[in-house]
Amino acid sequence: MSSKLLIAGASILGGERADVLIVDGQIAEISHSIDRAGTEVLLADGQVLLPGFVDLHTHLREPGRENAETIATGSLAAAKGGYVAVSAMANTLPVADNSAIVEQVATIGKSVGLVDVFPIGAVTKGLSGTELADLGSMAQSKAKVRIFSDDGNCVSDPLLMRRALEYVKQFDGVIAQHAQDPRLTEGSQMNEGAMASTLGLKGWPAVAEESIIARDILLANMVGARLHICHVTTRGGVEIIRWAKGQGMQVTAEVTPHHLLLTDRYAESYDPIYKVNPPLRTESDVEALRIGLADGTIDVIGTDHAPHPVESKECEWQNAAFGMVGLETAFPIVFSTMIKSGLITWQRAAEIMSIAPARIGGYLQHGGSIKVGEPANLTLVDPKGVMTVDRAKLSSKSKNTPFHGMVFDGSVVATIFNGKLTHKVGN
Amino acid sequence: MKKHLLSISDLERDFAITILDTAGEMAKVSEGPNKKLPTLRGKTVVNLFAEDSTRTRISFEAAAKRLSADVINFSAKGSSISKGESLKDTAQTLQALGADAVVIRHPASGAAHRLAQGRWINGSVINAGDGTHEHPSQALLDAFTIRKHLAHGKGDLTGIRVAIVGDILHSRVARSNVLLLTKLGAEVVLVAPPTLLPYQIEAWPVSVSYDFDSILPTVDAVIMLRIQQERMSDLYFPSEREYSTLFGINSDRLSLTKSHSIIMHPGPMNRGLEITAEVADSPQSVVVEQVANGVSVRMAILYLFIAGGQESVDV
Repeated sequence: MSSKLLIAGASILGGERADVLIVDGQIAEISHSIDRAGTEVLLADGQVLLPGFVDLHTHLREPGRENAETIATGSLAAAKGGYVAVSAMANTLPVADNSAIVEQVATIGKSVGLVDVFPIGAVTKGLSGTELADLGSMAQSKAKVRIFSDDGNCVSDPLLMRRALEYVKQFDGVIAQHAQDPRLTEGSQMNEGAMASTLGLKGWPAVAEESIIARDILLANMVGARLHICHVTTRGGVEIIRWAKGQGMQVTAEVTPHHLLLTDRYAESYDPIYKVNPPLRTESDVEALRIGLADGTIDVIGTDHAPHPVESKECEWQNAAFGMVGLETAFPIVFSTMIKSGLITWQRAAEIMSIAPARIGGYLQHGGSIKVGEPANLTLVDPKGVMTVDRAKLSSKSKNTPFHGMVFDGSVVATIFNGKLTHKVGN
Repeated sequence: MKKHLLSISDLERDFAITILDTAGEMAKVSEGPNKKLPTLRGKTVVNLFAEDSTRTRISFEAAAKRLSADVINFSAKGSSISKGESLKDTAQTLQALGADAVVIRHPASGAAHRLAQGRWINGSVINAGDGTHEHPSQALLDAFTIRKHLAHGKGDLTGIRVAIVGDILHSRVARSNVLLLTKLGAEVVLVAPPTLLPYQIEAWPVSVSYDFDSILPTVDAVIMLRIQQERMSDLYFPSEREYSTLFGINSDRLSLTKSHSIIMHPGPMNRGLEITAEVADSPQSVVVEQVANGVSVRMAILYLFIAGGQESVDV
C-alpha cells in the first residue's frame, strides 16, 4: 500500500511557497497546487520546510545507562525535536569500541524506527586514551561507522591522536575530538573566570580547549585527515578555526544550542542543572560562537544531548554529573538566537542543522535538497510558533534541561522520516 | 528578616553591623557570671559537619548552648554521610528531626545554597564553610575583632587597611573577608604568589601585592591564611621553605608593622610555615581572642537568624 503525504503551502527553505507530495518515502512532486485526494494533508501555511535535522552529537546511553535514556526514548525525543538522524556517542557501558556494540546500537535504532541511529565508534579502547579501538572493524561492520570519538574524554596523547587521524583515512573516517586538555582541567567544575573565582568552583580554562583545537588542526593538516571539533565554546577556539579555514585547512566544527544561549552566570545559583562539559562560558564567547556559526567558521549545530537521572543533578554542584538534554529544544534556541535575529538565513539554517552534519557523517540519505526524487527526510517548523519548555513534557527519559520555564519563539511542527510522520504537533 | 546566612555577598552592610553590635552584647554575657541566655530554649540546632573541623564546630556548639538551644552534632566520620548518603536525604532526615537551624560545613562549594534552595528543609541554614567558597561567620568574627581593636568596637571599618596573606585561591575565609571588610569600608590588600590568586582577581574590590615587606608598614591588620601542605605537590609553589621565606610572617617582618597593628589567623596555624611561634605568641597576635570572639559572633548569628531577633536579649 502506498502512503501519500502532502505538505501544503509551506515555504521551502524560507523561499517560495509550494505543495510537496511525498509518496513511498520519496518526494514525488513539488508544485503550486497538488490534488489532495487520497493524501494525508499537513496544512503548512506560514511554516518553513527544511531538510530533516541531523545531530552529530547525541548521548543515547544505551547500552548500560538505560536509567538515563534508551535508544527508544532518545529516538522519540529526537523526532520531537525535528531530527531524522542522530549520532550515538560511544561512551556507553560497555563502550562502543568494537563492531558488536556498534551493530547492536544500529540494530536497536533501526527497530525503533523513528530516526536513523548512526553509532559513533570510540577512538580508543574503553575510552582509555592509550590504545586504538577496533576502528577498521567498526568501519566494516554493518553499522558502517565513519565518525570516531572518545567524547566525554579528550584524545589527549598527541601521538595517538595523530595515528587515529591517519588510520581512519583508509575508510574516509573522521575523528570528532572533545577538546579538553586533561591536565589543565583536573577537577574543573565551570568556566575559569571571574564567576568561578567568586563561587569558589574550580575553573576549566578556555586554553584547555583552545590548545587542543590548535594542536589537532595542525596534526590533521599535516597528515591530510578529517578532523571535527565537537562543541566549540570559546572565542579563542572560534578564532583558531577561522584562521585554519582561511589557510585552506580541512576542519569542521560544532556548537551546541546551550553554548549559543547560556553563560557561566547561571552557575551563581549552584544549581548543577547548568553544569556541563565543556562549561558555559561568557557573553563574549557566546557572541563569538554566534558570529562564527553565521560566517561559516562553525559548520554545524550538535546538541550534545546528555541525559542524566534526577539523582545525578539533585546534589552539590561538584558531585553532580556534567550534561544537559538538548534534542527537543535545539531548534527553538537556534531560531531565537540565530534566525529570528537575522544572523542567518533559512538556507544557512538548513546547512547547519542538516546538510553539513549529513555531509560530515557521510549520511547519504540525509541533508539532501528538497526536490523530486530525494528521500523524504524533512522537518517542518513554524517561525510563529512558541515553545514553552516544560521538563515534565520532554520525551527524553531524563529531564535535565536548563531551559525549564523558558519561552522560545520557533517550534517544530512535524518531522518526516523516510516519508512517514514521526512527530506532529498535537500528537 | 533573613532566614539563612549563606554568604557575605548577600548580606547587607547594615545587617552586618547589626550582627557585630549584637555580638558585642553577647560578649558581655560571656564575660558575666551566668553565661547562659534562654533565647533559643526549645529550639534545635544541628551541626552538620561533612568535613573535619574542630574549632568552628565547637564554637557553634558553645554559641548554641549559651543560648539554651538543644544541639545535635552530625559529623562526617562514621555517619550516613560517609556512607554516601546524599545531601538531600541528610537534609530531609534533619527536617524530620525538627531542626530549627542547620549549621553546615561541607567540602563542596555551594552546599549551603543547595541545602537552603533545594526546598528540602524548612529551618535556617547557616553556612559554616562551603568548599572554597565562603565562611561567613569567620569573616564576621574577624571584622568584629578588627572593629574592637581598631574602631572602638562600633560602626564600620572605614579607613582601616587590612592585608590578607597566603592561599587566597583556595580560601573561603579570604573570599568572605574580602566581601565583608570592603562592604564595611575597609581597604583590603591581598598578598600571595600569583599561583595562589584566583583568576581575574581584577574583578575583586582589592589591591594585590607580591611583596609582603612593602605592604606590612601600610596596614592596620594582617590576616594570615593557613597554607595546606598538599598545595606544594600541586605545583603552586616550589617548597615550604621558599613559601615561608616569601610569604610567612616572622619576627623580622613583625618589626615592619605599625605598632598598633594586629596579627590574625583563622586557625589552625602551621607554626613555622606561614607564621612563626614568636609572632603567634606576640602581643600583637589576637589569634586566641579571635576564638573567643567567634563564640559571641555565632551567638549573634544564631539569635538573629533563628529567633529573628524577636526575643529580648536580657543582658
